[in-house]
Amino acid sequence: MRRIISILMENEPGALSRVVGLFSQRNYNIESLAVAPTEDPTLSRLTLTTEGSDKVIEQITKQLNKLIEVVKLVDLTEGSHVERELMLIKLRATGAQRAEIKRTVDIFRGQIVDVTSTVYTVQLTGDGEKLDAFIQAVGTMGVLEVVRSGVSGIARGEKVLSL
Amino acid sequence: MELLSGAEMLIRSLKDQGVEYIYGYPGGAALHIYDALFRQDDVKHILVRHEQAATHMADGYARATGEPGVVLVTSGPGATNTITGIATASMDSIPMVVLCGQVASHLIGEDAFQETDMIGVSRPIVKHNMTVRHPSEIPQLVKKAFYLAKSGRPGPVVIDIPKDMTAPNGRFEYEYPEKVSMRSYNPAVRGHAGQIRRAVDMMMNARRPVIYAGGGVVLGKASQQLTDLAHELGFPVTNTIMGLGGFPATDEQSLGWLGMHGSYESNMAMHHSDLVLAIGARFDDRVTNATDKFCPGARIVHVDIDPASISKTVQADVPIVGPVDSVLEEMLSLVRESEEQPDQEALGAWWKQIREWGQYRSRYHYEQNGDNIMPQEAIEALYRVTKGDAYVTSDVGQHQMFAAQFYPFDKPNRWINSGGLGTMGFGFPAAMGIKLHMPEQEVVCVTGEGSIQMNIQELSTCKQYHLPVKIINLNNQALGMVKQWQDMNYESRYAHSYMESLPNFEKLFEAYGHVAFTVTRREDLEPVLEKAFAMKDQLVFVDIYVDPYEHVYPMQVAGGSMKDMWLSKTERV
Ligand SMILES: Cc1ncc(C[n+]2csc(CCOP(=O)(O)OP(=O)(O)O)c2C)c(N)n1
Ligand SMILES: [Mg+2]
Repeated sequence: MRRIISILMENEPGALSRVVGLFSQRNYNIESLAVAPTEDPTLSRLTLTTEGSDKVIEQITKQLNKLIEVVKLVDLTEGSHVERELMLIKLRATGAQRAEIKRTVDIFRGQIVDVTSTVYTVQLTGDGEKLDAFIQAVGTMGVLEVVRSGVSGIARGEKVLSL
Repeated sequence: MELLSGAEMLIRSLKDQGVEYIYGYPGGAALHIYDALFRQDDVKHILVRHEQAATHMADGYARATGEPGVVLVTSGPGATNTITGIATASMDSIPMVVLCGQVASHLIGEDAFQETDMIGVSRPIVKHNMTVRHPSEIPQLVKKAFYLAKSGRPGPVVIDIPKDMTAPNGRFEYEYPEKVSMRSYNPAVRGHAGQIRRAVDMMMNARRPVIYAGGGVVLGKASQQLTDLAHELGFPVTNTIMGLGGFPATDEQSLGWLGMHGSYESNMAMHHSDLVLAIGARFDDRVTNATDKFCPGARIVHVDIDPASISKTVQADVPIVGPVDSVLEEMLSLVRESEEQPDQEALGAWWKQIREWGQYRSRYHYEQNGDNIMPQEAIEALYRVTKGDAYVTSDVGQHQMFAAQFYPFDKPNRWINSGGLGTMGFGFPAAMGIKLHMPEQEVVCVTGEGSIQMNIQELSTCKQYHLPVKIINLNNQALGMVKQWQDMNYESRYAHSYMESLPNFEKLFEAYGHVAFTVTRREDLEPVLEKAFAMKDQLVFVDIYVDPYEHVYPMQVAGGSMKDMWLSKTERV
């Protein structure tokens, strides 16, 4: 099953490579990874998505917890949560296509953030499925480049991951 | 406050940490540190002949005492030469602090002379590693390194020290921190009371229990607690090869050790048990054999300081995360308070069954082969000559298994072997590390003619520092363990398992200033060992020519359950 694991860790050089190294060392796979400092600059928040049986996920969380720089972590998929990913996508946009793309972007509640005479750059947020669906929808219209941020997530309601 | 350079602070921190000896080898990036070492007498440095040996010396010391061993090396090749030793310590959870020189900060990343990314290279085999970013951090980092190495599940910690951090012209206020705390690291200090109660309930209701005790009992200094609990309950105990001595091998309740080359009765008892009480053990594949066939009728209580060890390979019914000593103490007091006790009739029947297994195949068994000295009898003779009270280190191979089988250990910390990584070349330097700290103790390395050659250069170190260890070479003129597998799985095609050009060991040891004896006849075995051990001030190598055809048995059948074993070349059960 797909899981979203959210990690609070010391914002120190080398900490990220320990997390990534752990996955290759123990033969787990990372599907996506997003990381940035939090409002407390000594801490980073890292969100990763992975797939595995319950047993594998239990080992992944235990092994992550063992890393000295990992302060706390949570498997967001265990409870209700919000999941978002940002995508920037560059599309060939000429002639009649320009209007067609604009319509599709509106339907998906995206924004066109850069325009040239031949290209639209579109920004879209949502869960992974929504971003996939957008790519499918515009697929015939000439995708030039896709950049996805990887999943970020947060638990719903009162539940927080903090010190 | 005192003003010291980075290098001086490093050495002073070691002193204030209570370190007496460090093991190492100098080089460019470490020279400021070596200069600081030279200008003091508190911390003594042992110059090895290869950095790998420094790590094994530190490791042997740590295994015998529980205190972290300390290694000092230079950058690049000095650092990479420690990798095997760090991995060896890591696999067996041995506390160690490795101080590595590094090129100066401004050169890092430029492929400078003798630059290796030691943080990157060592990452998968350390408990933690860190780089010094400012000289003033050094005392704090040293304190942290020792704390991490020793607490929780112990392990090796590397500190990477760029050369400019130890420059003599810097001057910084020195103060060694009393303690460290880290918000991200809090090892369990006691087990969950409810879980412990559940475990005790299961013990009271067990009919065919087995205590399976690992190296964690030795590392966690819980042998006494384990022994008390086992005696109180009357349960059988089997040790892992890492846990030997954690429960006295000559105790009536000991079944010997378990797993691939464990005793018939241990493996049978495990397979047929209804309750496995795993204490400081990690269900290693060399213990469990195929996990899907492991102990089919047993419920499992698993006590370990490391939560990640629990339910990693075998699912635990009652997981207990905590230090083994305190968990065992709590179990013992609950057992003593309890109005219940295990069903004595069931337990009696269980013991009767176990004794029958024990009689079917005496714990460890071998047969003579003409006039050849059997490796097992060499170990039996060693046991008699040392009165069963030596510190015995071992290398890796058949000799290791024979030593573990035929030298019963009654005390913890006496059996020192690389069980997890299986590092040939470990035994001799490990023995040196122990002898250095315990000159009064008998320290013996059991080795093979293959393994001893992997760190034989340390004979020179032994000469320099006067380390009169004894080395018992079970010379089967082959990489015996490899050959055994080739006999069993490759129709005796001996691909590179021969040692066709052995050195003349007597001359070799003599060249290094030591003594060597060769034994080829059974009647000489014990007298020569007596003579060797009587030479208290000499390093003595006893080269015993043993039967070259012998295999280690029992041997579990690959892919089978615990009870599927070869008991001899022809008998499979
Ligand atoms: C560094 C290293 N290389 C290879 C091996 C694989 N190996 C395991 S046992 C063994 C043979 C050891 O030979 P020897 O030291 O003569 O011991 P014996 O088995 O003959 O008693 C080998 C090569 C190992 N364990 N360690
Ligand atoms: Mg050999």
